[in-house]
Amino acid sequence: MAIREKLSGNEAVAVAMKQIEPDVVAAFPITPSTEVPQYFSQFVANGQVDTEFVAVESEHSAMSACIGSQAAGGRTMTATSSNGMALMWEMLYIASSLRLPIVMALVNRALSGPINIHNDHSDSMGARDSGWIQLYSETNQEAYDNFIQAVRIGEHTDVLLPVMVCYDGFITSHAVENIEILEDGEVKDFVGEYEPLHYLLDRERAISLGALDLPSIYFEHKRGQAQAMINAKQVILDVAAEYERLTGRRYGLFEEYMLSDAEVAVVVLNSTAGTTKAVVDKLRSRGIKAGLLKPRVFRPFPYDEIREALGHVKGIAVLDKAEGFSGAGGPLFTEVGSALQGIANVEMTSYIYGLGGRDVTVDHIESVFMDLKDRLADGKGNKITYLGIHE
Amino acid sequence: MTRWHDQSSATYMKLDREGDKKRSWKGEPPGGVILNSGNSKEFSTGDWRAMRPIWLIEKCTQCLLCWPVCPDMAIPVEGGERTDYNYYHCKGCGICVEVCPFDAIDFIREE
Amino acid sequence: MIEIRWHGRGGQGTKTAALFLAEAAFELGKFIQGFPEYGPERMGAPITAYNRIGDSPIKIHSNIYTPDYVVVVDETLIGPIDVVAGLDEDGGLIVNTPEDPQSVTERIAGYGGRVYTIDARRISEEELGRYFPNIPMLGAVVKVTGIMEDRFFVEAMEEILKHKFATKPKVVEGNIRALTRSMEEVVGI
Repeated sequence: MAIREKLSGNEAVAVAMKQIEPDVVAAFPITPSTEVPQYFSQFVANGQVDTEFVAVESEHSAMSACIGSQAAGGRTMTATSSNGMALMWEMLYIASSLRLPIVMALVNRALSGPINIHNDHSDSMGARDSGWIQLYSETNQEAYDNFIQAVRIGEHTDVLLPVMVCYDGFITSHAVENIEILEDGEVKDFVGEYEPLHYLLDRERAISLGALDLPSIYFEHKRGQAQAMINAKQVILDVAAEYERLTGRRYGLFEEYMLSDAEVAVVVLNSTAGTTKAVVDKLRSRGIKAGLLKPRVFRPFPYDEIREALGHVKGIAVLDKAEGFSGAGGPLFTEVGSALQGIANVEMTSYIYGLGGRDVTVDHIESVFMDLKDRLADGKGNKITYLGIHE
Repeated sequence: MTRWHDQSSATYMKLDREGDKKRSWKGEPPGGVILNSGNSKEFSTGDWRAMRPIWLIEKCTQCLLCWPVCPDMAIPVEGGERTDYNYYHCKGCGICVEVCPFDAIDFIREE
Repeated sequence: MIEIRWHGRGGQGTKTAALFLAEAAFELGKFIQGFPEYGPERMGAPITAYNRIGDSPIKIHSNIYTPDYVVVVDETLIGPIDVVAGLDEDGGLIVNTPEDPQSVTERIAGYGGRVYTIDARRISEEELGRYFPNIPMLGAVVKVTGIMEDRFFVEAMEEILKHKFATKPKVVEGNIRALTRSMEEVVGI
């Protein structure tokens, strides 16, 4: 039975963590993710969970402890943001290459500098090549649902990869909104017992992990890791189908909103997708065929499916809350561009928006759609626009 | 679940490079985990030997100074006394020859 | 959907008031958002918090620029902060002050909508013995906006406060008295 609740994004994820009751949580506080381990440590102190909570002295140590714990055979979780994840950097790669399905709440925050505590996606976009699965969440509800599904996705034997559940710092993490949560028992049943393929504390079958790989075999191990990411796509869909049967809430690789007959569309991640939906509603009432594609899964990137979904749209604006500094548009823009390679008569444009928490309003998003319409009419427009910048 | 373990001893014990060339990525366990722990004893470091130590039993006093310095544990000790070299693992480094106070170890060129 | 912007100073419980309002509305089956705008706030620094409350799911995730109502928890912010920026003239401004609405209207140039006043300081000091303006302001907001029926709101707040102050029942009683009084004493309706 669904429980109607009102929770902030961080509360929702902490509750999901409680319901999953992993063997180990190792974390170091950093704004705006701090509340996740803070609430969770209260659950531990109150005896509501049997989890070992490891208060480490840095994020590098947090991820190292997670790796040790997951390798030992424990289901393990953490939470961080921004510079915290940056300090985990080398360990992120080790977690994914050792194929340890750690689940992390990544509460998106701008990566310094100048130092800034507010939301953008420079942290997770920077880690897009680290081999972690990345799920993005528009609302507290999606953060909660993604977090529960992440356990099953990562632990699937076709995958065995760590999963990062991303949601917007402050906008989602600290805003109280309506949410439906599951009963504890339903979550326990859904995630099931963790049965690692191999683990260090298995006394019957001793293993070694993290040994030196020479050029004669390293490449093969990387190929296997790449296959795991390819396999993840189907597993994500299968887990979503099962989750839908439990909750009635549908998840895919991305969400399409009024997209099937759209002439102009926005592609955007996380909370701004909600604001975009409100704008799409408004424009549709004025007869403008506007639509939205909101990627949920950024790694693995659903190239074929996005090509299918966007192929008919004439004007597409891809909004990035990270610069990427490629000199040629944001990271989501370049990925969507690759997906649409060779499709004729598509006007594609890159928008960089909301860096360091610059608020993105209904008016901003409306201006994007209007620019797209103008562009289709006269073929003029910038390749890259900095939305809401003070010129 | 047992997919990797079933073929572990056959596939993953081979640490020689010739063997590596035959290992398809499809057969590799996730993360390159080594499933037959302690398999370094299978590795023939003896192949690296250009010089061979010869134990001269008549000069040996069983002081055992050679035993702890051997980096390959190629000097087996039984009943408190060293025995002849394990040439499967001895790589001919000659450290035992250096430490022996009684000239009880000869060091000759491999044929 | 009603959009409310709160202006207060760090330490006055402005964010908490916005969250309480969201929670109370939630208890009545509404769709809610309650969120602060985070900055380098310290005790005394101006802070802003927001509420969206409606009867259908709320999709927008931005700050509020054209609120239906603005709540000023600390009247010394009038002047340094353009509290009526974007404020709907069909809505209203609710100010914590011993003054009457007319004199506040005179202090704020360019706002033609209704102004409501409530002496939250006096109510708080009399009922709680200390200056916590947020709960009396909350009572005034509910009365002015009519987001929910008075009776339901008081019941919902009683539950919320009992939960929050489980070990301090006296705090709950004082706050409920402050809330009820402010609903009666708000001026301008």
